[in-house]
Amino acid sequence: MKTHRPLWSRIGGYVVLGFFAVVFIYPFVIQVTNSFKSEADATANPLSPVPHPFDSTSFVHIFEGTNFPLWLLNSVLVTLLATGGRIFFDSLAGYALARLRFGGRRAVFAAILAVMSVPNVVLLIPKFLVLNQLGIYDSYVGLILPLIVDATGVFIMKQFFESIPVSVEEAARIDGASVFRTYWSIVLPIGRPALITLTILSFQGSWNEFPHTLVSVQNPDLFTLPRGLADLVSGSLGAGNQYPLKLGAAMLTIIPVAVIFLIFQRYFVRGAAEGGSKE
Amino acid sequence: MAIDVAQAPRKGPARRTGRVPRRRPPGGGVRRGERLAGWLFIAPVVTILGVFLLLPILMAVWVSLTKWNGQGSPFQAGVPMAGASNYTRLFTVDGLARQDFMTSVRNTFYYVLIVVPTQTALALVLAMVVNQRMLKGKSFFRTAFYFPSVTSSVAISVVFLFVFANSGAINSLLGLFGVHGPQWFADSRGVLHLLLGGLGLVNPDAPPSALAGHQMLGLSWWDWLSGPSVAMCSIIALVVWTTSGTFMLMFLAALQNIPQQLEEAALIDGTNRWQRLRYLILPMLRPTMFLVVTLGLIGSWQVFDQIYVMSQGGPAKTTLSPAYLSFRTAFKDFDYGSGAAISFILFGIIVVMTLLQRFLLRERDGAK
Repeated sequence: MKTHRPLWSRIGGYVVLGFFAVVFIYPFVIQVTNSFKSEADATANPLSPVPHPFDSTSFVHIFEGTNFPLWLLNSVLVTLLATGGRIFFDSLAGYALARLRFGGRRAVFAAILAVMSVPNVVLLIPKFLVLNQLGIYDSYVGLILPLIVDATGVFIMKQFFESIPVSVEEAARIDGASVFRTYWSIVLPIGRPALITLTILSFQGSWNEFPHTLVSVQNPDLFTLPRGLADLVSGSLGAGNQYPLKLGAAMLTIIPVAVIFLIFQRYFVRGAAEGGSKE
Repeated sequence: MAIDVAQAPRKGPARRTGRVPRRRPPGGGVRRGERLAGWLFIAPVVTILGVFLLLPILMAVWVSLTKWNGQGSPFQAGVPMAGASNYTRLFTVDGLARQDFMTSVRNTFYYVLIVVPTQTALALVLAMVVNQRMLKGKSFFRTAFYFPSVTSSVAISVVFLFVFANSGAINSLLGLFGVHGPQWFADSRGVLHLLLGGLGLVNPDAPPSALAGHQMLGLSWWDWLSGPSVAMCSIIALVVWTTSGTFMLMFLAALQNIPQQLEEAALIDGTNRWQRLRYLILPMLRPTMFLVVTLGLIGSWQVFDQIYVMSQGGPAKTTLSPAYLSFRTAFKDFDYGSGAAISFILFGIIVVMTLLQRFLLRERDGAK
């Protein structure tokens, strides 16, 4: 557009942007820098971005004084299995719902939509009840199995498969490839962009998952990072407020998602758009 | 999205067609086996969603009619029945259960009342400043605003515990301006009470008996009119800060969908920026606005993680939410029936709020 806004207006725009950028970024700066402070320094100068003195003992404590390594291991396990499961099962189901003709398809899809609209927190007690009843409460199975499929992922994959032309698969099928073969060697490669979105959303979702861990396990050996972190904060640490340690542990929890986010940003953006379009 | 979709089919299969077997299956039609394959393909998803989402809801409906305390199975004979009393006593019986529930509804009502408009407005403003065509570093700002949305709610709550600590960042920032900040997480005073007191209308320590002396559903009128507590305000700040980014992206996508010709036409017509915003951009953003408010309502009535980590419902129960109360009633007080009943009522509240909002926005459409 050819209008040139006056200089003061443009400067004003940048001031507003800069202000919000600080508001959105500075808490993370505080988090990172305070985790390298001594407890006294963090209490006295919480705003300062420079640790004085530089003190990394909180990280020694995180790895030696808490169960952090175990939580990390559990989080990795849960995330890998949940993400792998969602990629495979959600895309299978999404494909079937988009392309295959079988009785009950519409009913199943309607049921999946209905399930998506049930608020998560309403499911806390119900989930506990079923895990308890099946005898898998407080086990890895109970922690992981309910997470290996998700309705939103099925929805994303179905929408995607519906948006691509059907002709290619039909050619393959006329040539005699089985349904699974067609799906595996023709459809999945085409579905790559949607699969990446699904992978990233699943990774982020299962890495950050918190309420499910509350109602599926109570044994500290089965805690994931968010659960362990919540446990640290609610006072399992003992003396002092130990903010550098808590902030450090929280920072280490955020880093993997942060890295993935920075690399695959556009897929997150698409995920948010997909999430928006489901209504 | 459109770009990927258009390109993918041309690239992917072209490489692969050679590998597909050329033989025809004996007596096979193309559609043969689709039924079986269809059900096989959806079987894992249907089974797991059925067992871990649908079945448990039915189980919880049953448990909400019992007084099960967590011992043994809730489905064996001998579990004491409660009938509908787990539900009714939240509304009709004067007691702690009703008082806690109504307190949680009040807290969350004020929370939603502030969070939804604030995050919607903030998201819209952020989207509009990021969407300026001349802006340099656009993607940097977009990243910065969106990043909090993708981080762990627990981890970010830990950060805000420190930010709002007594000797934390907010209070030392306020200190720079000579303001003595409150003890955020220990301060149960209602903001509305403070405001009314500050204006000299009422004395918060001796509220007028017309308000304090009369009750509705277990809380006095004075308590209903508290506004969010100071502690709740810190949680509100955290939530607005984390969710605005997602909604900004939705507004951004909608803004980019407004045809440039329309804006140019408006410009040629001699409109100023305010008129273009009021009569062109906002009306075109209406569907997105509707979506953002709906998602905001649904999400914010469910507030749980932040409360679990930051305040556990305190101080003086002023950050209790129905979700957290439901969890606490079941897993701390071992009254699973009441906990389940509260969660179903919360579900009802969310449904009613969403319908109400739909109704209100539709009415205004009709009147226009």
